[in-house]
Amino acid sequence: MTEPSTAISPDARPRLPRGVRLVHNEAQGGWVLLAPERVFQADAIAAEVVKRCTGEATFATIVDDLAKTYSAPRERILADVTAMLRTLADKKLLEL
Amino acid sequence: MAEASTAIASKPLGLLAELTHRCPLGCPYCSNPLALEARDVELDAATWARVFREAAALGVLQVHLSGGEPAARRDLVEITASARTAGLYTNLITSGVGLPAKVLAALADAGLDHVQISIQDSAPVSADHIAGYDGAFARKRALAAEVIGLKLPLTINAVIHRANIDRIGELVDLALEMGAARVEIAHAQYYGWALRNRAALMPTREQVMRAAALVEELRVRHHGRIVIDAVVPDYHARFPKPCVGGWGRRSLNVTPSGKVLPCHAAETIPGLVFWSVREHALAHIWEKSPAFNAFRGSAWMLEPCASCERRDIDFGGCRCQAFALTQDARATDPVCQLSPRHALVEELAMIQTEVPYSYRRM
Repeated sequence: MTEPSTAISPDARPRLPRGVRLVHNEAQGGWVLLAPERVFQADAIAAEVVKRCTGEATFATIVDDLAKTYSAPRERILADVTAMLRTLADKKLLEL
Repeated sequence: MAEASTAIASKPLGLLAELTHRCPLGCPYCSNPLALEARDVELDAATWARVFREAAALGVLQVHLSGGEPAARRDLVEITASARTAGLYTNLITSGVGLPAKVLAALADAGLDHVQISIQDSAPVSADHIAGYDGAFARKRALAAEVIGLKLPLTINAVIHRANIDRIGELVDLALEMGAARVEIAHAQYYGWALRNRAALMPTREQVMRAAALVEELRVRHHGRIVIDAVVPDYHARFPKPCVGGWGRRSLNVTPSGKVLPCHAAETIPGLVFWSVREHALAHIWEKSPAFNAFRGSAWMLEPCASCERRDIDFGGCRCQAFALTQDARATDPVCQLSPRHALVEELAMIQTEVPYSYRRM
């Protein structure tokens, strides 16, 4: 099994594959990530991370941006976002 | 991120749209009812569009365009486009037979999100025999290549039973070869046609045990390459499945003629009253129809379910199975080892008969 903490290249440009969409749904009370036969609830922070995975921004840029937005230590953001994106990628919900 | 479950259960997440019961294949485990609905009672595309809008407003996120074979409908592209316009995630569940490449491309243009193709076996001759259709296997492979060519995500669904259970490894390899990101190893569930063919489909306990160990091994081996989802063989289980995530909690099913069911087999339970989208708005049916309220919550439960600590985990199992095996839809699903009728399931799981399939036919 891949360790969730395995580093992600700073130059990677994470993006949602076709068939995975982040949508906001009032009736379900927030952000949800829609995937083949699966639905994942995304909290506000997870949604902010996934929104930045456009295939344009590099991983390093995304981490910088989040650290700035949340005025949080870059190291901590790097660890949290790495773990989250690894988990999504293992579930085929994200391309790195 | 957690997979959505109980937290947002008051609103349905998924809608199974049985666009038609027509299908070129004759799979003996088909989940459609024995009494199939004919073409002349099918809802038209405009009504489906309304149903999709109502579903989205109700909270439904995903629609599974199914059948029968949905491609048997000439207006499939129009229907799919209307689901996407309503804001739904669109999943096409197809046999892969009768869906021309041109139509698939039009579906992709219409915003189709995902395709699921069924595969009957990894061995072509056996696959065509199970489907009751010569050449089906080759056509499925050709369609899968078209799906990948269009960069649509692909799931392969393999219903598992005695004739193919010893080739699960090959089935997963085939799914990988076809370009699928996800494969469902779905042990046959005994409703509808599968119930009729139970003794012809039932694997042995040894086969089931080997299959379970193999699936675990394959998950590790293919981690990150393909997602392997399993539907467990519940006749060999100790606890029942939380069928459809609980009655009237997470999903609904609309039949070709517009009847709204809590699950695809619900019509097998006598006395339930189903409302139709022809007469009622979907939200009204979800909240008020007698069939949806029949087994909601836990007030309907008998012992041992009523006081069981697993009551809110598996909801007493499957109502249709409880009725099919005990003639009482409120009984504990006899798959449960706590059920006084559990011995019956163990007996039935021992019956393997070499008889020809009773193929699904209109």
